[in-house]
Amino acid sequence: MTLASPSDFNPPAPPGLQPQGWLRYFSFSLDHKVIGLQYLVTGFIFYFIGGALAGVIRTELASPLSDFIPRQTYNEVLTLHGTVMIFLWIVPVVNGAFGNYLIPFYVGARDMAFPRLNAVAFWLIPPAGLLLISSYFLAGGAAQSGWTAYPPLSITTPALGQVIWILSVLLLGGSSIFGGINFIATILKLRRPGLKLMQLPMYCWAMLGTSILVVLSTPVLAGTLILLSFDILAHTGFFNPALGGNVVVYQHLFWFYSHPAVYIMVLPAFGLVSEILPVHARKPLFGYTTMVYSIMGIVVLGLVVWAHHMFTSGTPPWMRLFFTIATSFIAVPTGIKFFNWLATLWGGKLALNSAMLFSCAFIVNFVFGGITGVALAQVPFDIHVHDTYFVVGHFHYIVYGGTVFVIFASIYHWFPKFTGRMLNEHLGRLHFLLTFVGFNLCFAPQHWLGLNGMPRRVAEYDPSFTTLNQVSSVGALLMGISTLPFVINVIASALSGEPAGDNPWRALTPEWLTSSPPPVENWHGEAPLVQHPYGYGEAAGILDIRAASGQQIWTGDQ
Amino acid sequence: MTSAVPNPISQSARSDAAAAPAAHPQAVGTAPHSTEHESGHADARLFGLGTFLVADAMTFAGFFAAYLTFRAVNPLPEGANFERELLLPTINTVLLLVSSVTFHRAGSALRRGQSALCRTWLLLTVALGATFLAGQMLEYFNLPFGLTDNLFASTFYALTGFHGLHVTLGVICILIVWWQSRAGGRITPTDHFGLEAAELYWHFVDGIWVVLYGILYLL
Repeated sequence: MTLASPSDFNPPAPPGLQPQGWLRYFSFSLDHKVIGLQYLVTGFIFYFIGGALAGVIRTELASPLSDFIPRQTYNEVLTLHGTVMIFLWIVPVVNGAFGNYLIPFYVGARDMAFPRLNAVAFWLIPPAGLLLISSYFLAGGAAQSGWTAYPPLSITTPALGQVIWILSVLLLGGSSIFGGINFIATILKLRRPGLKLMQLPMYCWAMLGTSILVVLSTPVLAGTLILLSFDILAHTGFFNPALGGNVVVYQHLFWFYSHPAVYIMVLPAFGLVSEILPVHARKPLFGYTTMVYSIMGIVVLGLVVWAHHMFTSGTPPWMRLFFTIATSFIAVPTGIKFFNWLATLWGGKLALNSAMLFSCAFIVNFVFGGITGVALAQVPFDIHVHDTYFVVGHFHYIVYGGTVFVIFASIYHWFPKFTGRMLNEHLGRLHFLLTFVGFNLCFAPQHWLGLNGMPRRVAEYDPSFTTLNQVSSVGALLMGISTLPFVINVIASALSGEPAGDNPWRALTPEWLTSSPPPVENWHGEAPLVQHPYGYGEAAGILDIRAASGQQIWTGDQ
Repeated sequence: MTSAVPNPISQSARSDAAAAPAAHPQAVGTAPHSTEHESGHADARLFGLGTFLVADAMTFAGFFAAYLTFRAVNPLPEGANFERELLLPTINTVLLLVSSVTFHRAGSALRRGQSALCRTWLLLTVALGATFLAGQMLEYFNLPFGLTDNLFASTFYALTGFHGLHVTLGVICILIVWWQSRAGGRITPTDHFGLEAAELYWHFVDGIWVVLYGILYLL
């Protein structure tokens, strides 16, 4: 690989009154890259908070008795853990952080369609997060009804914490909707002239599908939570059976958002992996068209499977039948994507670096989570393991083994773009090893525990489950330790890592065809027209990146 | 395959800097951006608003689904009263539908360059919207049930109240558009995104009301 050294030139002055240097990361910046990194760092802060809460849960569960924290505190902790991890870590990071950073590059734009709305969407998150965390310290404590906030539990537990929880989730939902609108408009309306939809990098399609889900389903959750707050504050009876209300309607409306929310967390990860694998396997992404259609298939099916969370809520037989079949069908488009990734790797010149290790581990973990997911779609099995640790294990294989592994892969992949410096590969592999072993040690035993009847969300359990719970807690400890090499790596490399050059991976997607870190408006000259973002291994003459970027040019062998 | 296809949006800006794009990349780096943001975005803004209205419609859809399920599944408690009058809401429906026509007239007048006529139509729209809200309040005061009386009553007030909030916001928006379309204001016969956005929103609010009227009053 040879890289033409960047010609010396002064970066353009940021427009208007935007602050420069590190201060812009604390400002109402309109630059999509600054906002993306704001999302990323904020998300990680909440990841550490949510992780500490998980540590409290696993410490409590290391012994069968409730002897570490009071039972009420345990309920608050598990509620905060779920809410923080979903609404303040995964959704903002896979959507907000990487979406904001990458999508304008991928469509050949200089920013998102609505930069101001974008900044507003980000700045809703810190106050919402602080509000949520602070409720723990108020009278009555934080919400105790889990991240699902099912009534009548959420109506009968202390009101203040629950109302603050609702307010916080409404703010975060608003942020998510604003982001979704911005992504849809950017992808559909801001594409560089000449760039067709079917030439976009796969992450654009993933974000388009995700944003459609966000726009269609998040408002339903918002409306539902407003009704729930009426039940708590004004003593209406929408969901209160004592006042003639209907709790099952809450469950339907809640899961109409919260099942698609799983795809909101996972589809962007699918997209990110589709960007990472071709680069490090030096092969085109296999089956681009089927990938696009399977994303859209998941979007459509994802909207009509919500009641599989409610097989024990008195759902009538026809509903069980429909939702079982629809849920099982989701395995088809998802399976297509997995075979496409395997085919992308097949015969490639694999570079097994940290980004690739995390991506491959994602495939392993997610396939396992997917298999238990199809099992859970079957009514008889679901009724057996409903509300047990089997569901907890399944869910974490999807959301941690799936999405969080991809977030780490993405950081190893795009850190050189964010900072212009490489991450340390040895620390990266140590991080991977600890995370992979810790994760599987923590969550694999939970399937067995659930199958044997250990209920979720309870601080105490039958002493016969002790050994496996202790194994699980050791795994959680390893996961906690695994973040140390990562944090050290990120901080040390950002300050004094090996300079990365503009395109250390010799990648062809547009974000690499500019300097690292990129200038304020993304390109020093005209935005490149990248019609073959996965053209690895093709004859050299087909690619003319010189004409594309007009500035830093990759002239390497393929 | 990549090639340098000229970007029509930034054409005007690049003509200024066309002499030396290679020598001074920063000149092309910033210039096309400013033009893109100043002039090229009306479509994306309306599109963004349309996407937001889809989201908003889904909030209503959630409420409608809840109400319909309550009606289908939960029996009205013994002695509970859920009698709604029909005359006032029907008049209100007609008022809102007419207001959509008057707003449309305002837009057409502006596009023809008749700003004064446009502002008259806008004021008429505001009057119709305000009368609708007054009618809604009158109905609230005369209904035989209160917010917490029973499940249907609660849902009724939640739905009509949420819609009333939308109408109130719409009236405020139209007043802002009316103010901005004065001589020397931001809205002119050639540059009238604000008016188009308010009009799209107003038609949306009217459309939601028609569905709401059918579900809450006729069903």
